[in-house]
Amino acid sequence: MIRNVLIAGLVALLGVAFWTLAAGYVPDAELNRTAAYYAANAQTDVGAPNIVTGIIVTWRGLDTLGEVTVLFLTSAIIALVLAQSKTPPGASGAGFLPSGELLTTGSRMLLPLITLLGAYVIMNGHLTPGGGFQGGAILASGVLLMLLADPSHRFAHSVIARVESISGLAYVLVGLAGMALAGGFLDNGILPLGRFGAMLSAGAIPLISVLIGLKVGAEFSSILESLEETEDA
Amino acid sequence: MAQIALATGFVLILAGIYGALTNRDILRMIVAFTIADTGVNVVLVAVGFLPGRTAPILDAAVPVAQAAERIIDPVPQALVLTAIVIGLGITALMLAYAYRLFRLRGSLDISNFTELKW
Amino acid sequence: MSTVLLGLGLVVGLAMVGAAALALVTRSTVTAVLAAGLVSLLASVLFVVLAAPDVAMTEAAIGSGLTTFLFFFVMGRIRREGAK
Repeated sequence: MIRNVLIAGLVALLGVAFWTLAAGYVPDAELNRTAAYYAANAQTDVGAPNIVTGIIVTWRGLDTLGEVTVLFLTSAIIALVLAQSKTPPGASGAGFLPSGELLTTGSRMLLPLITLLGAYVIMNGHLTPGGGFQGGAILASGVLLMLLADPSHRFAHSVIARVESISGLAYVLVGLAGMALAGGFLDNGILPLGRFGAMLSAGAIPLISVLIGLKVGAEFSSILESLEETEDA
Repeated sequence: MAQIALATGFVLILAGIYGALTNRDILRMIVAFTIADTGVNVVLVAVGFLPGRTAPILDAAVPVAQAAERIIDPVPQALVLTAIVIGLGITALMLAYAYRLFRLRGSLDISNFTELKW
Repeated sequence: MSTVLLGLGLVVGLAMVGAAALALVTRSTVTAVLAAGLVSLLASVLFVVLAAPDVAMTEAAIGSGLTTFLFFFVMGRIRREGAK
């Protein structure tokens, strides 16, 4: 009883705080100074028409590096937590229902298309909406489809781990190259900016997008895989 | 428009917190957390929205010279992009721990876990 | 902001609140997980209306796709172990 009163009181207090925020909210008429700087210098600084990708990959690139590190830690911790809870022998593998013909055939047809879409989204991240995170998530959905179509199929853990660590290492190396050759850590000026709006332009942004996409895709795949498997997880 | 999205996001946050505090089932608490997570993202994007402007992508419709007058604030969008990805990581961690707790007690009811209760 | 977009935003917002309420009051966990996925999917529509296509793509792929399947994987594990 007293618990319910406390919870209701807490939610009501938060509601009052949110109500004050929402009632007094007036949208800005102008961009603030940071956003105005990004808008004015997107062409000359990074050469990427998609300003959001420019912020994520270049201007705030260090944060993105920290974020993929957090994701790596998450997938490592999940593998560790689940590895300590081995199912007793004999109880594993039998619980899988065989997936239907429709799903197996459909996944064979869809998997190349999904991978292609992922590659397209990654490569065009600096021109259209998209980028490393979205493309990586799409690649991971392809892996998810494979897991659904054939649950007893085992992935090569070592391949996923290697893709993940090599792309992470290359990401840091590109960042260090920016320090040596251009303006600072993860500066995209190590490659020529190229023509504004072309596919291979904006310096190192397509390269870094590919690395982020591979790393995020591998991390999501390993999270999905370790949560799905019962046998040797 | 921004006000509608702002109100929706705040309602989602409140609903998520209420659900996480009142539910007994650990999985249901995690579901409530993901709803609150979505609400926070909606609020952040709504704050960056300026009426009558377009997405922060420079192309034929938004020439570079007028960019500052035509686009909305790109910074909250970049923030929310990373927040969504981290949100999936947090959800996966919570689910892994929930599974461990289930292995420990054979139950997902939070009232069976009383070690830290006072 | 045209009236059509405003109406779309209003409808999507109301549907999100309804789906969240469904996720909280339903008795079945499967329904709750699906309703939470629906909240995410509608949120990605709202992001498009709010002129944030990057965020909408991420939310649609991660928030409503991968998260829902994570829940189902864990629920499948728990059901298999609880049954034996």
